[in-house]
Amino acid sequence: MINIENLHKRFNKNVVLSGIDLNIDQGGIFAILGPNGSGKTTLIKSILGMVIPNKGLISVLGQNIKKDSTYRKEIDYLPQIANFPNNLKVKELLKMIKDLREDESEDEHLIELFQLEPFLNKKLATLSGGTKQKVNIVLTFMFDSPLIILDEPTTGLDPNSLIQLKGLINTAKAEGKTILITSHIMSFVEEVSDEIVFLLEGKIYFKGSIEELKKRTEQSDFEHAIASILKRNNA
Amino acid sequence: MLKILKYSFYDLMRSRWSYVYFAFYLVLGIVLLFLNSDLSKAVISLMNVIIILVPLIGTVFGVMYYYNSKEFTELLLAQPLKRSTIFLGQYLGVALSLSMSLILGLGIPFIFYGLMKSNVIWDFSLLLITGTFLTFIFTALAFNIALSNENRIKGFGYAILLWLFLAVIYDGLFLMSLILFEDYPLDRLSLIGSMLNPIDLSRTLILLKLDISALLGYTGAVFKRFFGTNFGLLISFVILLLWVVLPVLRIVFKAKRKDF
Amino acid sequence: MSKLRKIFMACLCVYSYAIVAQSIDVCSTCEFSSIKDGIKNAKALDTIMVQKGTYNEYGIVIDKPLTIIGKDDPIIDGGRKGEILTIESDDVTIDGFFIKNVGISYTEDFAALRVRKSKNFVIQNLVLENLFFGIYIEKSSHGKIYHNKVVGDAVEEHNSGNGIHLWYSHHIDIEYNSLEGVRDGIYLEFSDDNVIKNNSSSKNLRYGLHFMFSNDDIYQQNVFEDNGAGVAVMFSKNIQMINNHFRENWGSASYGLLLKEITDAEIIDNIFDRNTIGISLEGSNRIDYKNNTFMNNGWAIKVRGACYTNRFINNNFLYNSFDIAYNSRINDNIFDQNYWSNYTGYDLDKDGIGDVPYRPVKLFSYIVNRTPETIVLLRSLFIDIIDFSEKVSPVFTPDNLVDENPLMKKRE
Repeated sequence: MINIENLHKRFNKNVVLSGIDLNIDQGGIFAILGPNGSGKTTLIKSILGMVIPNKGLISVLGQNIKKDSTYRKEIDYLPQIANFPNNLKVKELLKMIKDLREDESEDEHLIELFQLEPFLNKKLATLSGGTKQKVNIVLTFMFDSPLIILDEPTTGLDPNSLIQLKGLINTAKAEGKTILITSHIMSFVEEVSDEIVFLLEGKIYFKGSIEELKKRTEQSDFEHAIASILKRNNA
Repeated sequence: MLKILKYSFYDLMRSRWSYVYFAFYLVLGIVLLFLNSDLSKAVISLMNVIIILVPLIGTVFGVMYYYNSKEFTELLLAQPLKRSTIFLGQYLGVALSLSMSLILGLGIPFIFYGLMKSNVIWDFSLLLITGTFLTFIFTALAFNIALSNENRIKGFGYAILLWLFLAVIYDGLFLMSLILFEDYPLDRLSLIGSMLNPIDLSRTLILLKLDISALLGYTGAVFKRFFGTNFGLLISFVILLLWVVLPVLRIVFKAKRKDF
Repeated sequence: MSKLRKIFMACLCVYSYAIVAQSIDVCSTCEFSSIKDGIKNAKALDTIMVQKGTYNEYGIVIDKPLTIIGKDDPIIDGGRKGEILTIESDDVTIDGFFIKNVGISYTEDFAALRVRKSKNFVIQNLVLENLFFGIYIEKSSHGKIYHNKVVGDAVEEHNSGNGIHLWYSHHIDIEYNSLEGVRDGIYLEFSDDNVIKNNSSSKNLRYGLHFMFSNDDIYQQNVFEDNGAGVAVMFSKNIQMINNHFRENWGSASYGLLLKEITDAEIIDNIFDRNTIGISLEGSNRIDYKNNTFMNNGWAIKVRGACYTNRFINNNFLYNSFDIAYNSRINDNIFDQNYWSNYTGYDLDKDGIGDVPYRPVKLFSYIVNRTPETIVLLRSLFIDIIDFSEKVSPVFTPDNLVDENPLMKKRE
């Protein structure tokens, strides 16, 4: 599904990714974890082509992403900060994205699910952070793409919406899709993900299932396992 | 690209600023016409305004739009769209909406005033064409500045500086160097000097129309050829076009290599 | 003598001539097939009717008072051999010919038609082409030159002549002529008291109209367009210039009107439109400029020095690149109650006169005078700024050169 070889990226003198090799197979939920500034978002943005790597090769669905932009049609992306053009109404935003992607979409069902009908005619600037995030989620899930990338999807969501989100993620998984998630909420990660990619100082520190991680860190609890990695590296 | 252009354009048409500029030009046109009650004089005053204000508005608005639409840009970047498509679309959206504010804002009062029947229609059209060129050039320059500067305060600073330089300082340096080297043949130098600055270039275009009598007073052969024939008009337009194309190419180049 | 008696005498004369005078026909099949023949056989005061046709003749001398009329525009072709017609007698009328191919010489000024030391001539309805000089009036007076058309093909000044040339001649009316493509459309040298009216002089190599050492002449209602320069008045006195139109005289040394060493002239009601320089004056004193309109000129007025007590009153200065250029800091000329389209003052007391004086000389015109190439910076914001500072405190331009009473509205 995604194949990354020797990926390097630095911003000015600040090295963010230094030699990442990562292979993500089709199907399943992958969580990308790591402390702040470990390069999670940069990695995701590299896959999306928003960040141009200094070195390395990325291919998605067997296609080198450098060559052309059409592979993004196979990706649904949920950005970390839900900022939208402020002059647009929610309805218009949905229409615009549909128009730009020229894809089949099932937004009506999602709007219902997140109870967004009353906001459809409101300008995005007037929405609360949580509502914006819901719109964000609708935009992400309304297309039927084999790869879904979620950058901090839980930000600002109420418990009910969180349950809906989990439902969506699980449905996607059941459909055989590949899902990439970054999140700070460890319980959420533990609950949904099949496999974990742990980034540390621009390198992959660990890749495997949660069970393997627990075994390796000799911790019985996922959260403690993560904490112990961080502790060990600071010491 | 047309889709991006469409949405940028809609977005701008909805924003307060487009109306502010439209209203500004509208008021300007009306004030000039009704204070002067003389079309020729109004066209001359308008020229001064266009040469100076259009670049300023183009730069400031271009930079502002770029920074303010960062979210929109990022949203688009995740879509299956080429980067050049996204940025050219946005650029054209800004440049077109500004040009429209200019053309409609100035055009409406002049049409009401009886421009169509008047003999200054060509001067006026030239003015609008030049104004449109300047909008396209300075919006492109603004996008260049914004693309190269993440920090928006810095970006604004450079934009204003660029405008100040091209609108005023450049001419000062130009004048000083002409006076300094007055013992040498200068006609070629003075023409090249005017070509290198889009504001001067537009001014030259307008001079060709308004001040041809004075321009022909100078003896230099190069001057004569330039101002006395259509050669000058042609060259000026070609270089104006270059002034649009080169910054736009740099937008494409920069956009392809930028991280978001 | 009373007027009535004068008219009576005149009638009597005409009557008596009519009895003795006869009409002679000239045509290819007539008794006289050449104009020369006709003249030779005519008596004084006869009328020669020249019929339609082409007459290859030159050196035709008219030495007695004759009226020579061309019927249906007969052509006299001089074959480039020399002068074609010469009038050497008083009271000669030439009417209705197409005269062409005058000889060109570097030693003699050949003309299509020369009037030498004669009075009371009438020259009208002629068309002159391929010429050197057109109508050359030499030491003659009291003639009329009406409704002629001179079309030259002059390329260089040194081997071309003037359309109508007056030398030591006076009291001549030059009206409704059209002159183009010659060196000077109309040229006057040592010629006084002439009236030049309703002519059109265009596309001439040097000047549309040129005065040298000629006094007390009037020219009015003429149009001068696209000449090397419109009109040049040099070393002359008391010339009245009224109601003329000076248009599109473009070029590096080009002006609508050039005044050089002239005094006591009047320049009234003229229009100067799209000339490189509207009026260029040098050593010209005591001239009144009134009610003229200067529009779209490069320089409306360029003062080149030694010009005193000129008065510029009630003129319109509209959209000129420069209103006045001055090359010295001394000013003795008066500017008053003109309308300046570049004026930006206000009129709070609503008396039609601006409350702030207007300074027509810009610093930039001084700079352009020094370094002509700087003209490319015309209308630049930077130039506006330095012009403004000069306006506030004049350093390079005469500080007393102001119009204290600038009009708020253009004079119609």
